[in-house]
Amino acid sequence: MEWLIQHVLEKYNFWVAMLIIIISLTAVIVKENLLKKLIGLSIFQTAMFLWYVSLGDVGRDILTTWGLKTGTPSILWEEAAEKGYIYANPLPNVLMLTGIVVSAATTAVALAIVIRIYQKYGTIEEDEIIEKEMEFEREGGELKNASS
Amino acid sequence: MLLVEHFPVLIVGLAMFCAYTMLLAGYLNRKLPFFISLAMNCVFFIMSLFVLDHVLNVGPIRYWQGGWRPPWGIEYVIDAMNAYLLVIVISIVILGLIYSRGNVKSEIEERKHPTFYTLVQLMAAGLYGITVTGDLFNMFIWLEIASLTAYALIAVAGGRALRPAYNYVIMGSVGAVLYLFGVGWIYSVTGTLNMADMRLLLPLVYDNRAVQMGFAMIVVGVMIKAYIFPLHLWQPDVYTYAPSTISSMMASVHVKVMFYMLMRMFYSVFTLDFIRHYIGLDLLTCWVAAIAILAGSIWAIKQRNLRRMLAYSSVSQMGYILLGVGLSPFSPWGLVGAVAHILNHAIGKGCLFMCAGAIRQQEGLKDIRDFEGIGKKMPYVSAAFTIAALSMIGIPPTAGFASKLFLILASLDAAQYPFVVILLLSGLLNLVYFWRVIDQIYFVRHEGTKNAGEAEGRGKPLPLSMVAPTLILAALCVIVGIIWLTDIPLPLLDRILSDLRMGVTI
Amino acid sequence: MTPERKVYKRDVIIEVTAKLMSPLILLFGLYVMIGTGGTGGGFQGGTILATGFILYITVFGSEKGREKVPESVNAFFKSFGLFLYNGAGWICILFSLAAAQWLNMPAFWPVTDFVGIAGARSFMVAYMISVGIGLTVMASFVSQYFDLAWKEDDEMEGDEG
Repeated sequence: MEWLIQHVLEKYNFWVAMLIIIISLTAVIVKENLLKKLIGLSIFQTAMFLWYVSLGDVGRDILTTWGLKTGTPSILWEEAAEKGYIYANPLPNVLMLTGIVVSAATTAVALAIVIRIYQKYGTIEEDEIIEKEMEFEREGGELKNASS
Repeated sequence: MLLVEHFPVLIVGLAMFCAYTMLLAGYLNRKLPFFISLAMNCVFFIMSLFVLDHVLNVGPIRYWQGGWRPPWGIEYVIDAMNAYLLVIVISIVILGLIYSRGNVKSEIEERKHPTFYTLVQLMAAGLYGITVTGDLFNMFIWLEIASLTAYALIAVAGGRALRPAYNYVIMGSVGAVLYLFGVGWIYSVTGTLNMADMRLLLPLVYDNRAVQMGFAMIVVGVMIKAYIFPLHLWQPDVYTYAPSTISSMMASVHVKVMFYMLMRMFYSVFTLDFIRHYIGLDLLTCWVAAIAILAGSIWAIKQRNLRRMLAYSSVSQMGYILLGVGLSPFSPWGLVGAVAHILNHAIGKGCLFMCAGAIRQQEGLKDIRDFEGIGKKMPYVSAAFTIAALSMIGIPPTAGFASKLFLILASLDAAQYPFVVILLLSGLLNLVYFWRVIDQIYFVRHEGTKNAGEAEGRGKPLPLSMVAPTLILAALCVIVGIIWLTDIPLPLLDRILSDLRMGVTI
Repeated sequence: MTPERKVYKRDVIIEVTAKLMSPLILLFGLYVMIGTGGTGGGFQGGTILATGFILYITVFGSEKGREKVPESVNAFFKSFGLFLYNGAGWICILFSLAAAQWLNMPAFWPVTDFVGIAGARSFMVAYMISVGIGLTVMASFVSQYFDLAWKEDDEMEGDEG
């Protein structure tokens, strides 16, 4: 029971984040619809932000060799050792703000490409797209736009 | 503080500034962005030469952004490896820009040209940023800038480039997020994001499973980006269908900078100590590299589309660099070989992709079996292709011979004899697939009736802006090859080895 | 594949609401970007500013939206935001070149000496960078929205690679 509390319940943030990461990576790999892959990628990135932000949570006492609450930012470690301060570490939060910007940009680029693929092939299922490319290769003709 | 110590930050900052200036200038005049880009990159090249000189004579540049001391601030560190790579990246970007002047007219529509050059400049800024930074998270940011612009630039070609571009978006983003995740694992143990500080703090916690997990994630993430063998699956389609300029620039410099990230992780953050004793990855790296070399070459032999063949060949060449890195715990020649091959492959493969684009633009031919008689119609490009192909194969005076020589010396020095056999065998395989092309270009009788109608030859002769970079790169293949065999690079190599803390001189 | 051209009925309620809400959303975005005492910052504020424009574009259509925000204005704001961000750095580099010190933003920010607030130096830098980020993000999102919107007469050249 002690083991269960120490390794699972104290760190449930991380367990949940890893579970979501695994599920979303499965979605990216398994799903054939291009938009579903993109959704999987977006959830993957979000779950990773959750993992990171949980690192800086107040009172998080794991994975450290100095025996301090790792929520405390590293600038204040000497003070915190003496006086027992507890802060939430702002650094993971700020890093993840930047990460969210990157995630938004990636989603935008991917969506733009998906729209062009739809206009060209008329479908966003990857197996149908590959079929159309195979047809084109066998016939050797021009790959026409789906709308013309 | 000297002016030259500001130069790395100036290069990166001015590159970003100039990219957005080009976006505005595109509204004034369609042709202006290209000239701004070319001029600024030439200025950056001169600045990077000064930086290289300073680093070799005085020492590494450590630049604290905002005056904040590391480990709390972001630090930019330029040592010999960085400076060397920065010079290579900037020079190949300049040559790629000159080549693109003639090339984009035929592949990309007119109204997209200013945006195209803006994106190329942003990608270049991202690559310069990865090269100069000394902070793990900052490296992720520049990595994403370089990658996002690359995704967009590949998709500009439209048509069959769209599905590979989407594939690359998904796989590349997964790779970048895995890298960030790995940085998170090692951050959670040490509390710092600075590479030099991480190097000091990590040896205390090498046996912590979080550190090993972080290492695994970072390595896998970077392997996806640098298309090292099992994780290269996005690459062949992308290089086949992307615009010729982008294929050439990505194969020469984009992947080298990604590989440089891997080298930073192996040598400067997780020292070789960790890799040899705690994980035992040194021989495994060498064998993965060996499989990459052989598999890439065997796949390349099977291909009929010229650019697809060159793409698989690039997978094989990444295997060479990885073999050099893998042999470096056993022998310093390994790292010398890897460093040399970074330059040699950049000039060789850049030239080959440029020639492939030139052949496609003038004659409209993509399939190797259609290349008869090109030797007469396009003499300069064919000559450049031949010299670059000889460099890839590893014939003596060219550059590729030097890097293969260093790798063979490393294998002998390390007493790992199977790799000598694999290196010689791969030289033979390279010969097979390059000789097919050279044979078709020069030695097959031109029938005259061969599907002239299918080859939608554009027919116009190539502009000088396309031929000149190929000839310059081909000439560099030979000149650099001769230089590697003399004593001239020794101070640089000594500095690189000592800066990456190998501790031994050659 | 392309949807048929439909005639959209004008709906008074939606149009009036959009016209009323857009400026308020923009004001809120500005507050999030540089308002005091709360969470916020450049990227978040910029996104909300973009939402104000996107609401207008969604309700009134791309053509009328384009009249309000032509592409050159978008490009100008993208570049201007980046120039603000870089400019904050360039001023510090220029001044620290003269003083031969490391790039040190708060210490070398000359403008805020005239402002009588203690600690205003770092705020000025933070605001300038924030506003820069916000403008760039706003222009980028609006521009992307125009590009991702479905247009019936999108023609693309086919290229077999």
